[in-house]
Amino acid sequence: MWKWLHPYAKAERAYQLCNTLLPYFAVVSVLCIVVGWVWGLAYAPADYQQKDSYRIIFIHVPSAILSMGAYSSMAIAAIIALVWQLRNAELAVIAIAPVGAAMTAIALITGSAWGKPMWGAWWVWDARLTSELILLFLYLGVLSLFHAFEDKKAGGKAACILAIVGVVNLPIIHFSVEWWNTLHQGATITKFDTSAIDPSMLWPLLINILGFAALVGALSLIRLKNEIVQVEKHRPWVRQLVSRG
Amino acid sequence: MQIEGPNGAGKTSLLRIIAGFSQPDDGNVLFNMRNIKEDYDGYAQSLLFIGHKTGVNQQLTAYENVTHWLSVHGYTSTESEIYSLLGKLGLVGLEDVPVRTLSAGQQRRVALVRLWLNDAKLWILDEPFTALDKKGVAMLQSRFQQHLDKGGAILLTTHQDLTDTFASLQTLALEYRH
Amino acid sequence: MHVSNSYWTLFCTVYKKDLTLAFRQRAEIVNPLLFFLIVITLFPLAIGPEPGLLARMAPGIIWVAALLSTMLGLDKIFRDDYMDGSLEQLIASPYPLSLAVLAKVAAHWTTAGLPMVIMAPVFALLMNLESQALGATLLTLLIGTPLLSFIGAIGAGLTVGLQKGGILMSLLVLPLYIPVLIFATSAIDTSIMSLAYSGQLAILGAMLAVAFVAAPIAISSALRVSVS
Repeated sequence: MWKWLHPYAKAERAYQLCNTLLPYFAVVSVLCIVVGWVWGLAYAPADYQQKDSYRIIFIHVPSAILSMGAYSSMAIAAIIALVWQLRNAELAVIAIAPVGAAMTAIALITGSAWGKPMWGAWWVWDARLTSELILLFLYLGVLSLFHAFEDKKAGGKAACILAIVGVVNLPIIHFSVEWWNTLHQGATITKFDTSAIDPSMLWPLLINILGFAALVGALSLIRLKNEIVQVEKHRPWVRQLVSRG
Repeated sequence: MQIEGPNGAGKTSLLRIIAGFSQPDDGNVLFNMRNIKEDYDGYAQSLLFIGHKTGVNQQLTAYENVTHWLSVHGYTSTESEIYSLLGKLGLVGLEDVPVRTLSAGQQRRVALVRLWLNDAKLWILDEPFTALDKKGVAMLQSRFQQHLDKGGAILLTTHQDLTDTFASLQTLALEYRH
Repeated sequence: MHVSNSYWTLFCTVYKKDLTLAFRQRAEIVNPLLFFLIVITLFPLAIGPEPGLLARMAPGIIWVAALLSTMLGLDKIFRDDYMDGSLEQLIASPYPLSLAVLAKVAAHWTTAGLPMVIMAPVFALLMNLESQALGATLLTLLIGTPLLSFIGAIGAGLTVGLQKGGILMSLLVLPLYIPVLIFATSAIDTSIMSLAYSGQLAILGAMLAVAFVAAPIAISSALRVSVS
């Protein structure tokens, strides 16, 4: 009997866990991003070389960091899903993937917008931008593979396998692109040097990174909740939830 | 044991779960009191599965198909034995032409030759009588009886009535539900 | 009847079957090779026949063409076995699926990668590649094409159950090919400058070793998902 009930309890528990966590993530992300942006965009001093255009780092850097972070958390969820056969972890992979892809896209767009005044071109085959572009391909691969399956259960598993294959390849790709870049371009313009960044700029940046991380968490949780409800829509607890309104 | 039920009831799905191809939403499949997932390759030694898709390659000849299947499953046999079996199943003179030129019933016979060439305890057969003529059905049923007499088990789906043919027949009826 | 067949026999059986099938439809071996040749022919027509320019671009062109032409055969690697149910029989065999997968990847390389390695001198000639770069081209193709077969088979295994898996598979696989492309072309580039390129070859070799161990596991779990 317990065995029969177990997965119900688990999906429901996961759903409740999402509900408990969601407010914290939401509050932290809104607070940090508002504080970070106001501080970064309005109060932080202008860069002596790049003037005000450097301020895009308050969006670009957090989204770039989080695009990688989301991929690794997606891959961790995928490993959990395949090793322990947890359906909820599979759903988490599907929940995180579009959020991560959006972060990657933001990083790419802000990166090229920043490139225009800095390098005089919208797109430069810079190592970091190129890696980010390939990361976007990997995200889109996971997503389109999942959506190509009619059987969502099989699709989830396939997406998990691909996410793991991707995470094994990601460091190799990153390393190879970095190496290719130094080979072909000589010394590239380094966008910013963390050690040289002034504390007055660093603090809003860190706050923004925290805010973006919480945002990714919150969005993934919302999507995970939806996925759980969709999979479990015929179970009694979801019906109760719906009837309660 | 015969599994019956209307189209879409899940007969094939049940067989595929028992054969270990699909995962059940809930529960486990035990063979000799062991979860088949723990030692699938060991379980596979006692298993013979012929599904809706029989695993007969269209480009290879009947003889090649049989020998390939034998070595994939770790069985061996002699050339003369295979030829005589193929002949027994009405494939005389067709052993060395590509399977795609054969009729549906003949192609199924190429797959069913396996029933004479294995020592698996458990046979899982999805609609084994499809496309067979009366003589073929009778031959298959007598082979089933031999297997049962040796202590083997057969799990099959079919729309044929087998109650008069096999004394030890059990039936599991599945119902169509959403 | 149950003679304990060795793992080696299984490998040979599966390998032989795929090779037999490939040789019965010879077009499957010849067509990717022709495609490779035609793609390479297109480049001089598009960018002009100036030998210096061609030689400069040769490593990249040869390798991009190699990537694309291995993609052609990949779709077929598990497709027929999936369609006729042979894949289920391989899973239900008492031998590990990854072994059969290894044999199938080996067969794919023999029919898709090896002919390209053998034809490499001709392509190098067409592209005005300098003679000292020929060795590097051969070696990178020799180490790199099996790697392409391994990585590609993962994508093929994931998409074999899908109706229109072909294009999706290229989307999944091509980004994963990038490191191979980078190190292989750079090895040839380095050899043109008469420098040592053993470093790049070592990295390619290391990647091949990792793929040899890890890819069969990934491919067989992908196939189990596709079959379920």
